[in-house]
Amino acid sequence: MQHGSQGQPIRSDRPVGAVFVFREKAKLLDGEAVRRALSRIAHEIIERHKGSEQLALIGIRSRGAVVAKRLAAEIEAIERSNIPVGVLDITLYRDDLSRIAPNPVLHATEIPFDISNLHLVLVDDVLFTGRTVRAALDALIDLGRPTSIQLAVLVDRGHRELPIRADYVGKNVPTSVKERVEVRLKELDGLDEVVIEESAEAANG
Amino acid sequence: MANATTATSGATQTAQWTRKDLLGLRELSAEEIRMILATADSFREISLRPIKKVPALRGKTVVNLFFEPSTRTRTSFELAAKRLSADIVNIAASSSSISKGETLLDTVKNLEALKIDIIVIRHAAAGVPHLIARHANASVINAGDGAHEHPTQALLDLLTIQEKKGRLDGLRVSIIGDIAHSRVARSNIWGLTKLGAAVTVCGPPTLIPPHIEELGVQATHDIGQAIRDADVLMLLRIQHERQEALLVPSLREYRLRYGIDRERIRLAKPDVLIMHPGPVNRGVELDSSVADGPYSVILNQVTNGLAVRMAALYLVAGAAKGGVLDDE
Repeated sequence: MQHGSQGQPIRSDRPVGAVFVFREKAKLLDGEAVRRALSRIAHEIIERHKGSEQLALIGIRSRGAVVAKRLAAEIEAIERSNIPVGVLDITLYRDDLSRIAPNPVLHATEIPFDISNLHLVLVDDVLFTGRTVRAALDALIDLGRPTSIQLAVLVDRGHRELPIRADYVGKNVPTSVKERVEVRLKELDGLDEVVIEESAEAANG
Repeated sequence: MANATTATSGATQTAQWTRKDLLGLRELSAEEIRMILATADSFREISLRPIKKVPALRGKTVVNLFFEPSTRTRTSFELAAKRLSADIVNIAASSSSISKGETLLDTVKNLEALKIDIIVIRHAAAGVPHLIARHANASVINAGDGAHEHPTQALLDLLTIQEKKGRLDGLRVSIIGDIAHSRVARSNIWGLTKLGAAVTVCGPPTLIPPHIEELGVQATHDIGQAIRDADVLMLLRIQHERQEALLVPSLREYRLRYGIDRERIRLAKPDVLIMHPGPVNRGVELDSSVADGPYSVILNQVTNGLAVRMAALYLVAGAAKGGVLDDE
């Protein structure tokens, strides 16, 4: 699904048919840094939950789902227990559905367990406006009544438009709204890295 | 929620749905059909939740405009709209101004004046949904027009075959019954052949239209052959309440020659699927022992119908908005 390598709903105020060419400006995290950040977040999750009982991870499609699976593997290695992982598709809960056309391609939500009475950690790759997280919270509440929901992200790039913050952050990165944060993961892109990109236009001008 | 189908899920979808209306499978590309099936596959999970509702079509109004009686299709569309949070109004021809002589297009214009978004229409005359689609800004979904098309029925059949067999390409499907008067048969022929299935139609000579082979299917009157070769047997309802009952000598004779009973099903492949669009005439085209037997996926069809109609409503609602493109 093309709804954002950043896991954010596409902002619909862009001109129709405009072609955006982005070029890499800086590398924020390399493969080793991604691994260390996830390892630290895994430890923090265990520490704050005092273990991994009643804990489950929910990844937001598609890169958040990959990050969630990796975090679960880290936690399982430390705790030697099984951590349920679900995949959430927020398409039907987007607040811009009535503004964009055609409707984005839908993928299934795959949460094969009852989330009621669990401590959930919602996982995404990039936290930006907060609108994706808002949609995800609504989607989760429709599926049951978890005891608590926390938020873990690999990168927090700022520019929130809603009162939402992350409980676990891999790296805080100050960005301009015009820049783009690209998270690449081995499972989908062949390598692990996080880069910041700017539009070629901005770079030239 | 395990994903039962493999054919469409997994592959990254790049295509986008751009049609305002869903009128038939004849004009759709294989890619567009696959896109509806993939979307429907994702919608299946919603009906298994404790709260069977998502906010995707909040604020949209859907009108079920049925000029022919229907319970299952109308109910299926109604539930599909409700599970997407749309509002839905049912209009049956007998209780509307049509019985006072209002023309079709006047009815539609009046509905549009009430700012509705999607019209789901069933009509006894072929082409009515197409006519309305040309004159209305609202999206139009064909829920059956004469003996022409019934696209959502064919799509739910495709989804069920794909769910159970894992694919459509290379399968052999026999459609048995009144091919001449069946919109279900016609939509299925277009859908199945576009997705690579080989279709055989079978029935008494009076119910097989001449030149049906031009649609890319084989025709036979030999029920044994139609059963033996098939991965899927799609039975059609003998509509004895309509004129075509006159085209077979009697229901008993039809049953003897073409009905699927315990004996005939022994000719079939061990993993054959038995499908029927409903309502089943038990003891005519299908015996109870087969309709309720292990090969039958008739109730899976009903379940998948809901997902297909959610997908149809979601996709046409998205395309009708125009304007800003989701192009990233």
